[in-house]
Amino acid sequence: MRASWLRWAIPAAVVPVLMLLAYGFKTNPHEIPSPLLDRPAAAFTLTTFGGSPVSLESLRGKVVMLNFWASWCRPACYEEAPTLERTWREYKDKGVMVVGVDIQDRAEAAQKFLAEFGHSFPNAPDPAGRVAVDYGVYGVPETFFIDRKGRVRFKQVGALTDEIARQRLDTLLKEPW
Amino acid sequence: MIRGLARALAILLLLAGACAPSRAVAAPVDEKTVHDVAAQLRCVVCQSLSVADSPSETASQMRGIIRERLAAGESPEQVRAYFVEKYGEWILLAPPKSGFNLLVWVVPFAGIGLGLVLVAIILRRWSRAAPASAPSVMDPALRERIRRELSELDKP
Repeated sequence: MRASWLRWAIPAAVVPVLMLLAYGFKTNPHEIPSPLLDRPAAAFTLTTFGGSPVSLESLRGKVVMLNFWASWCRPACYEEAPTLERTWREYKDKGVMVVGVDIQDRAEAAQKFLAEFGHSFPNAPDPAGRVAVDYGVYGVPETFFIDRKGRVRFKQVGALTDEIARQRLDTLLKEPW
Repeated sequence: MIRGLARALAILLLLAGACAPSRAVAAPVDEKTVHDVAAQLRCVVCQSLSVADSPSETASQMRGIIRERLAAGESPEQVRAYFVEKYGEWILLAPPKSGFNLLVWVVPFAGIGLGLVLVAIILRRWSRAAPASAPSVMDPALRERIRRELSELDKP
């Protein structure tokens, strides 16, 4: 029969569709790889809640842990807050700087958050969201690890843990400067 | 007379004050251009909404950044490129028509074309096969029997 190929061609056409669906359902649509990894981190100059300036430029030569957060970000930002302060205390004398950037927040709520966790590292609001977009932030919390040469090396989406922070910082501190 | 003039002037100034500041700031940027760029970008905190359509604060800040960059003299293309540089091609609602993404543009049309060809082939087969094969399907013996039985019926 001349058109007998049609008999198996039609069911066979389903196979690539099924494969595409299988692939699509297995990937997490919320996990988007950052194009910023291994590229120079965007410069920023912000004013902390305390009123002092903080810029990436002035931190060249230090490993920077840049954390984006918000007081309305529950529960992840609250979960990781103690980790941030612990990490800062453990690493501040080893050449590490921790900087918090508060996005889409109200000043009073943000300051209440900082007081609640006793954060002693610089935290600054990003009122127009410029720094957040410069870092391709799409949700809070997100944490960027910037090496001594000022390049973005790791990105953590979601709550940071002591283990991840330590592992990332130790890796970057070991690199020759 | 003078008092009337002064009052008119005051009202005019008030009116000007009410409308002027926002216009003065946004004057160099065409809001339509801002909207056009925003409409091409995916709102990063929503599901399948553009930055132009989303009411979220993130989208509103992004529109602000688009406006700011256009005001600074960047072309809409440059502003788009800036967002792609920061978020990757993922941020574009329509994938670019090049490389692997070309598949997304080509496959649906290729699928429609293939489907049409398939339908045409099947329709032709049906329309050609139907009249030709119908008589030949009948068994000659059966035909003979029917003919015989019909003539039996006709007999009184």
